[in-house]
Amino acid sequence: MTVMEWEALRLSLWVSCCAMTGSLIPGILVAWILARFEFPGKSILDGLVHLPLVVPPVVIGYLLLLLFGQRGIIGAWLLKTLGVTVAFTWKGAAIAAAAMAFPLLVRAVRLSIEGVDQGIEDAARTLGAGPVRVFFTVTLPLITPGIITGLILSFARSLGEFGATITFVSNIQGQTQTLPLALYTLTQTPGGEAGAMRLCVISVAVAMSALIASEVMSKRFTAYIRG
Amino acid sequence: MIDIHVEKKQGDFRINATFASIETGITALFGSSGAGKTSIINMVAGLLRPDKGHITIDGCCLFDSDKGINVSPEKRRIGYIFQEGRLFPHLSVLSNLTYGMRLIPPSQRYVKLDQVVELLGIESLLCRRPAKLSGGEKQRVAIGRALLTSPTILLMDEPLASLDAARKAEVLPFITALTRNLLIPILYVTHDLEEIMTLADNVVLIESGCATVAGSPEEVINRIKLQFHKAKF
Repeated sequence: MTVMEWEALRLSLWVSCCAMTGSLIPGILVAWILARFEFPGKSILDGLVHLPLVVPPVVIGYLLLLLFGQRGIIGAWLLKTLGVTVAFTWKGAAIAAAAMAFPLLVRAVRLSIEGVDQGIEDAARTLGAGPVRVFFTVTLPLITPGIITGLILSFARSLGEFGATITFVSNIQGQTQTLPLALYTLTQTPGGEAGAMRLCVISVAVAMSALIASEVMSKRFTAYIRG
Repeated sequence: MIDIHVEKKQGDFRINATFASIETGITALFGSSGAGKTSIINMVAGLLRPDKGHITIDGCCLFDSDKGINVSPEKRRIGYIFQEGRLFPHLSVLSNLTYGMRLIPPSQRYVKLDQVVELLGIESLLCRRPAKLSGGEKQRVAIGRALLTSPTILLMDEPLASLDAARKAEVLPFITALTRNLLIPILYVTHDLEEIMTLADNVVLIESGCATVAGSPEEVINRIKLQFHKAKF
């Protein structure tokens, strides 16, 4: 494997891990709000969360560029207060991956929250546990399989992220060139076929192992929870 | 001493029930399914908010719409035994039993773990998960879990309804033993006349959301029979 391919693999794994970890808590929070509360504007929140699933990824990338670019609302604020630039860096790639993978995480967690018997949570309340304690001692353990599934799905989706990434942070080797972007570059380069094939095999292998790991872990956890 | 007056509108169904009981022992809320019995004890437990009324147990006001009091369920010190047990599937029997107990300061605990385990005969089950228990065993663990919070009152919502005759015979003696061993009042929801005759000290008849008759089991049953005859002739 060439330096470029190694860099692409390393960067992809790093970006996907960051995207997955960063979206964990907001993902659970949004899933919980969508599963348990009725409020005006709920369908708008639902729609916003699912937007990356239904619009072309390039649109998300462009929106991110508008928001997080140096003159964007969030981008300008980040630069002024924290001195951080995200556009055209690996941080931007992680944000793009997180945004694209977020709906998958939320869907998986939301489904498992809706599957939790609220009667069991009520029982915990009558036993003296306040709402926060009930969430951490009853709800959270019961939805762990759903969280694992959601995390791995979002990890796999992040690994494959292309359109939003190339639009938002461009294709800079060692900076923002993740696996799919490197693969794309190789297919456009004369004599890049062997490298493209290697990256193709690596992509499939990483994604497949993630999915199998998720399946096994989530089954084990479900079995553990059910006793 | 239990003093309850609750009003609530649920769709077309109106609950408007008033009853009191002085004795410790078992007060049964008796009525057909859909009469609003479970809703009433859910209000006592704080899981359902009445539109109007007051709930006082042992001089402690848990709800009063006029004074704007509504104590949250976790602060009511109520032991609730649900029809389906509702054990925590991810915890062992022992952890289920001690879940509520650990949230009560030791100085306020008047029920001991060993005592409950012995009373309910669940020593051999402590390490198991709820999924590995029979219906009767689950219900005994649920009773133990509620007792261990050292509650000021026990609420039982048809605790025997989901059990077959053999399992009922298994759990029933434990409930009778409870009333003899612990001096706390029990509100017992049932639609089974036999349970009333064996368990109840006091009966409140609930008909379409209203508490219509209250008294000893014999009195209430005679009144029911009388109404039945009146309706017949």
